[in-house]
Amino acid sequence: MTTVRAFLIELGKTLKLLARNRVAFFGLIVLVTLIFLSYIGPLIWPAETKSNLAAIYQGPSWQHPLGTDFQGQDNLRQVIHGGRVILEIAFITGILTTLIAVTLGSLSAFLGGAFDSVMTELINVWLTIPQFPLLAILATMLKVSDVWLLAIILALLDWPGLARQVRAQVLSLKQRDYVEAAITLDLGTPHIIFREIMPNMMSYIAISLIFAMTGAIYQQTGLVFLGLVPLSGANWGVMLSLAYNRGAIYTVDALGNVLAPVGAIALLQLSLVWLARGLEEVFNPRLRTSV
Amino acid sequence: MTTTVAPLGVDRTWLARLKRIPLDDLRYLVRSVLKSLFTIWLVTTLIFFVIRLMPGNPVDIFVQDLLLKGLAYEDAQTQAASMLGVRLDRPLHEQYFEFLGNLAQGDLGKSYISRNVPVSQMIVQRLPWSIFSIGTALLISFALGILLGMIVAYKRNSWIDHLLTNLAAAMDALPSYLIAILLILLLCTVFKVIPVTMTRGAVSPGIPPGFSIDFFVDVLQHYALLAFVYILSRTGSWMLTMKSSTMSTLGEDYVTAASARGLSEGRIITAYVGRNASLPLVTRLALSIGFVVGGSVIIESIFVYPGIGLLLSQALYSRDYPVMQGVFLVTTIAVVLSNFVADLLYGWLDPRIRIAGEAK
Repeated sequence: MTTVRAFLIELGKTLKLLARNRVAFFGLIVLVTLIFLSYIGPLIWPAETKSNLAAIYQGPSWQHPLGTDFQGQDNLRQVIHGGRVILEIAFITGILTTLIAVTLGSLSAFLGGAFDSVMTELINVWLTIPQFPLLAILATMLKVSDVWLLAIILALLDWPGLARQVRAQVLSLKQRDYVEAAITLDLGTPHIIFREIMPNMMSYIAISLIFAMTGAIYQQTGLVFLGLVPLSGANWGVMLSLAYNRGAIYTVDALGNVLAPVGAIALLQLSLVWLARGLEEVFNPRLRTSV
Repeated sequence: MTTTVAPLGVDRTWLARLKRIPLDDLRYLVRSVLKSLFTIWLVTTLIFFVIRLMPGNPVDIFVQDLLLKGLAYEDAQTQAASMLGVRLDRPLHEQYFEFLGNLAQGDLGKSYISRNVPVSQMIVQRLPWSIFSIGTALLISFALGILLGMIVAYKRNSWIDHLLTNLAAAMDALPSYLIAILLILLLCTVFKVIPVTMTRGAVSPGIPPGFSIDFFVDVLQHYALLAFVYILSRTGSWMLTMKSSTMSTLGEDYVTAASARGLSEGRIITAYVGRNASLPLVTRLALSIGFVVGGSVIIESIFVYPGIGLLLSQALYSRDYPVMQGVFLVTTIAVVLSNFVADLLYGWLDPRIRIAGEAK
């Protein structure tokens, strides 16, 4: 109970600080709006199932605020329906990547010795493998149509960079007096990692989680764009890929059809980055002043 | 006079030079070489088993395809074997060693789709375009990033800092293919500044390659927008890194000492701040150069630019596994090599690293 209350108080403090940081607050508002649109929007505006050949590639109007696509379907409605899968994959990938990276990175730094050398070398080797080509080749074989499977693959490819940073952070935190005191008291590795070291890295981990999400969005929409992930129809990446392959980028009338998914993906990425940068400033007061 | 020169000349043999390299440096070199070789071996092994052992692995599918086309099982296997450069009737470990042996001789197998064309030949044909386009764009974005990063670090908290830093963060966040699609849409379709043909391919059909002005102009016209997209999407990240690196260098004692000694501002900026601040970026540049060999899968696909990236995306589309495998291996080897160079370069550029390593 007390931990929950303490957490809520901390959250409240962070939100108050965030509200003072204009960029972060703006990012947060855009992100929350996108999440609401993607989860509640489909309940209000159900998906169109029929194509309307009389209304192909229309410009913006009251009926279709963002115009229509090559089937005469409303672009705005597709944007509303296409965000959920992207958000889910981004969030799951972000959490998994952070979990793997924090666990392995902190263990590596904390245990040292042979485990640390093996981890460091493994991370070095993993980082030299071209991620996106490997991801693309795997996608041709695995028939990745499941949100979880794609998220797990992305996380397995993405963890090493973050793990290396976590390792460096833990190595420096390990030198602090209170951690050395805990080691002397023999409080046990889990206690030291999760009660002494982790709380001091929470802000850093939160920011890394957001950046892991932006990476996941980049990779999944890229895969969909190349036609390698047969995710179900409602997805901004699929929308963009269809618009591109139908030659919509060479048709002036189809402007809305291309700009709608481009704008949606761009807004999501930007809102995440604004939020992360804002959080960085909030958590690291030295960045706020001159430096 | 001549007698004093002679022993010097003898001394200049490679063995004598090798002896003059300190033992620690040599050990460092040998370790780096071994590490690079190990990585290359690991990746080749990984890709060999991934392609053969995955559910729905391409070798089985290919044999099935040939069987469906009416070939006898034996014939199907021999044909699949000649395509992949492995004999499928052998046990897996023998196939694996044969694959490694072929690889050591530069034999990457043959394409499924362009029958009987060696993969290595396809890669060699596409490589110059990727190195030219992505390579030069990388160098331009690096130089621009260094310059802008230093300017912003010196003018921090001015309007130019806020403008450029926010712009760089935004550009860094946007996937490059969004920038490519937006630019094509705006420049070619809406405002019609650039003809659409300039955004597709590397040269116009009908222009003979050679040392003619027409050819060069045509190549540059096709290159311009692709390079612009790459530079737009990458400069931001270089700039932000350079900014933070410069800001931490500016706080160093030797910079304060240099200005206390009355050195000119220009000399401090170039020789003291710039040189030290760009150190970490140089190793990142060396790494990025390795990735240039792989081209850029999505950008090259959008511009239909005939580099390695497009080759990979075509191979992915048509499930041409020997080509995928070849491109992946060549890219990885290039990255490992550039990683190796980066390691050596860093030790050479920044003696502090070497000395710290020896002190351990």
